[in-house]
Amino acid sequence: MTRHLLSLLAQLVTTLVVASIVVFLVLRVLPGDTAAVALGVHATPEALAAWRAEHGTDRPLVVQYLDWVGGLLRGDLGTSFVTGRPITPLVADRVQVTLILVGLAMLLALVVAVPLGTLAAVTQRSLWGTLVSGASQVGVAVPNFLVGVLLVSLVAVRAGWLPAGGWVPPAEDPAEFWRHVALPVLALGTVQAAIVTRYVRSAVLEVMREDFLRTARAAGRTRTGALVHHGLRNAGVPVVTVVGVQLAALLVGAVVVERVFVVPGLGSLLVDSVANRDLLAVQSIVMVLVLLVVVVNFLVDALYTVLDPRLRTAGGTGVRGAGVLAAGGAR
Amino acid sequence: MSLLQPAAVDVPGRREPGVHAQLVVGAALVAVVVVLALVSLVWTPYDPVRAVPLDRLQGPSAAHWLGTDRFGRDVLSQLMVGARISLYVGVVAVGIGALVGVPVGVVAGMRGGVPGTLLMRGSDVLLAFPGLLLALVFGAAFGAGTTTAMVALGIGSVPAFARVARSGTLQVVRTDYVLAARAANRPALAVAVRHVLPNVAGLVVVQCSVNFALAVLAEAGLSFLGLGTAPPTPSWGRMLAESQQYLGTHDYLALAPGVAIAVAVLGFNLLGDGLRDVLDPRLRGVR
Repeated sequence: MTRHLLSLLAQLVTTLVVASIVVFLVLRVLPGDTAAVALGVHATPEALAAWRAEHGTDRPLVVQYLDWVGGLLRGDLGTSFVTGRPITPLVADRVQVTLILVGLAMLLALVVAVPLGTLAAVTQRSLWGTLVSGASQVGVAVPNFLVGVLLVSLVAVRAGWLPAGGWVPPAEDPAEFWRHVALPVLALGTVQAAIVTRYVRSAVLEVMREDFLRTARAAGRTRTGALVHHGLRNAGVPVVTVVGVQLAALLVGAVVVERVFVVPGLGSLLVDSVANRDLLAVQSIVMVLVLLVVVVNFLVDALYTVLDPRLRTAGGTGVRGAGVLAAGGAR
Repeated sequence: MSLLQPAAVDVPGRREPGVHAQLVVGAALVAVVVVLALVSLVWTPYDPVRAVPLDRLQGPSAAHWLGTDRFGRDVLSQLMVGARISLYVGVVAVGIGALVGVPVGVVAGMRGGVPGTLLMRGSDVLLAFPGLLLALVFGAAFGAGTTTAMVALGIGSVPAFARVARSGTLQVVRTDYVLAARAANRPALAVAVRHVLPNVAGLVVVQCSVNFALAVLAEAGLSFLGLGTAPPTPSWGRMLAESQQYLGTHDYLALAPGVAIAVAVLGFNLLGDGLRDVLDPRLRGVR
C-alpha cells in the first residue's frame, strides 16, 4: 500500500512539473512578446525594453521558468504585470471563497444524491425510480448558471427572501454569510446532485447484480441489510471517483456561478486576469488551480486503495477511472 | 461480469419496451436544434443583429414569438443563429478530440509497453486542466473567441477519447481474428484500420455525443463570461448573461436561451445513452 501511495505521489509531482512547463510555454512563449501584450502595439522600443528589464522578461526562458517555479515553491506567485501588485495575497483571499463555495455545494449534492440515487436503484422498475432517474437526467442538462439566474429572479428579486449577490466572510458575520452563500451553493449543488445521483444509482445497480450480494441474501440477510453491509462500500469506489472529478471540475466550473452572484472567488479573479491579459497572474492562478485539481485526483486515488483492497496491488490504475470521467463526464 | 450472472444479451423479438425511448427522444431534441441551425443559414424571422429601439423589451407576441431584447432584436432569430454557433463549436471540439484522441488510444492499446504507457501518460497530463480552465488559458494567450474556445475544448477532450479508444482496442487485440491477422503478418496500420477501428467506432460515437453536450455547455459558460463568441454574433451564453439585468421583469429573456441550452445538452446526453444501450446491450439500464 505504501508503495502504491508513493507511486501516486511520484505521478502527482510529475504531472505538476509537466503542467507547469505547459502553462509557462503557452502563456509566456506562445503569445509572443509579453511586453507588447502589456503595453500595446503602439509602445516605443525604449518603453518595451524598459518594461522587459523591469519584469525580467529579457532573461533566458529557462531562467524565467526556474525563477517562477522557485517563487511558487516559496509561496510567492509573483507581481502582476498589469496592476504591479503582488499576486499571492489576492489569490489567498479568493481561494478560501472558492473552497467554501465548492465544498458546501458538494456537501449539499452528496446529502441529496446518496439517498436519492440508492432509492432510485432499489426501486428501479417503479414509478419512483423512473421519476428520480428522469429528473436527474434533466438536471444534468441544466447549466448551473441558468439555475443561478432563475434563483436570482425567483428568490432574490421577486420574493426578496435572500440577497441577489455579494459575499460576507463567515468570520465577519455568520448569519449574513449563510444568507449570501445559500443561493450560489443551491445553484451549484442542485446540478451536482443530479450528476452524482446518476452515478450513485448506476453504482448501486451494478453492485446489486454482484454474486457476493446474492450470497449475502442466501445467507439470510435482507435486501437492505445486504446492501448496507456489503454493497455500499463497493458502490463507493465509482461514487468517490465522480465526487473527486466533479470537485476538481467545480474549482474552475464554479466561476460562472461566482459571476452570477458576484462572489469574489478564484475563478472570477482568473477571468478578470484573462480579460486584462495579465499573463503572469493567469499563469500563477492557473498553477494554483492545477495544483488543487491534481491534489483532489491524488486523494481520490488514495481513497480507492482504502475502499477497494484489490487496487492496492494494481499500481497507478486508479487515475484511469477518474480520467475518463474527468475528461468526459465532468462539468 | 461474473460467470453466474445471466447474460443480458439482446434477444431478437423480445426487446424491452422503452429501450429506445432515450435514443428517440435524444435524436428528436438534437434534430430540433440542428433544424433551427440549418434554417438560420437561409432564413430567420428578423435580422438577429439589427437593433430596433422602438421594439425594445417586448414580451412574446405574434410578431415576435419569443419577444425582443434590450436593443429590440428578435430573440427567436438570435436563438436560431445561437444554435448554429453551439453546433459549430461542438462539431469542431469533438472533431479535434476524436481525431487526436482515437489514434493515440488505438496506438497505445495496440503497442502497449513503454510507448503505450508514455502516450497515455502524455494525454493524462491534460486531465490536470479541466476544459474550461484550458479555454481560459488559451483565451489569455491568444485572445478569447469562438475559435480559441473550440480548439481548447477539443484539446481538453483528447484524454476522454484516448481512454475510450484504448479500452476498446485492448478488447479487440485479444480476439482470434486480430491474432490471425497479425500472424498472417498484416501491417499494424492495416490491422488497425480493418479490424480495430470498426470495433472501437461504437464507443467513440457514444463519447462524441457525451462530449458534444459538454462542449455546448462549456461554450455557453464561456460566452456567459464574455470569453466566448464575440458580439454581435448571437450566442446562447451571452444572451443569458445579458438577460441578467432584466430578471424579475423580463424573465423570458433568460428562459429562451436557458431552455435552448438545456434542450441541446439533454438531447446529446440522451442520444449518447441511447446509443450506448443499442451498441452495448449489457449496459442497458445501468446508467
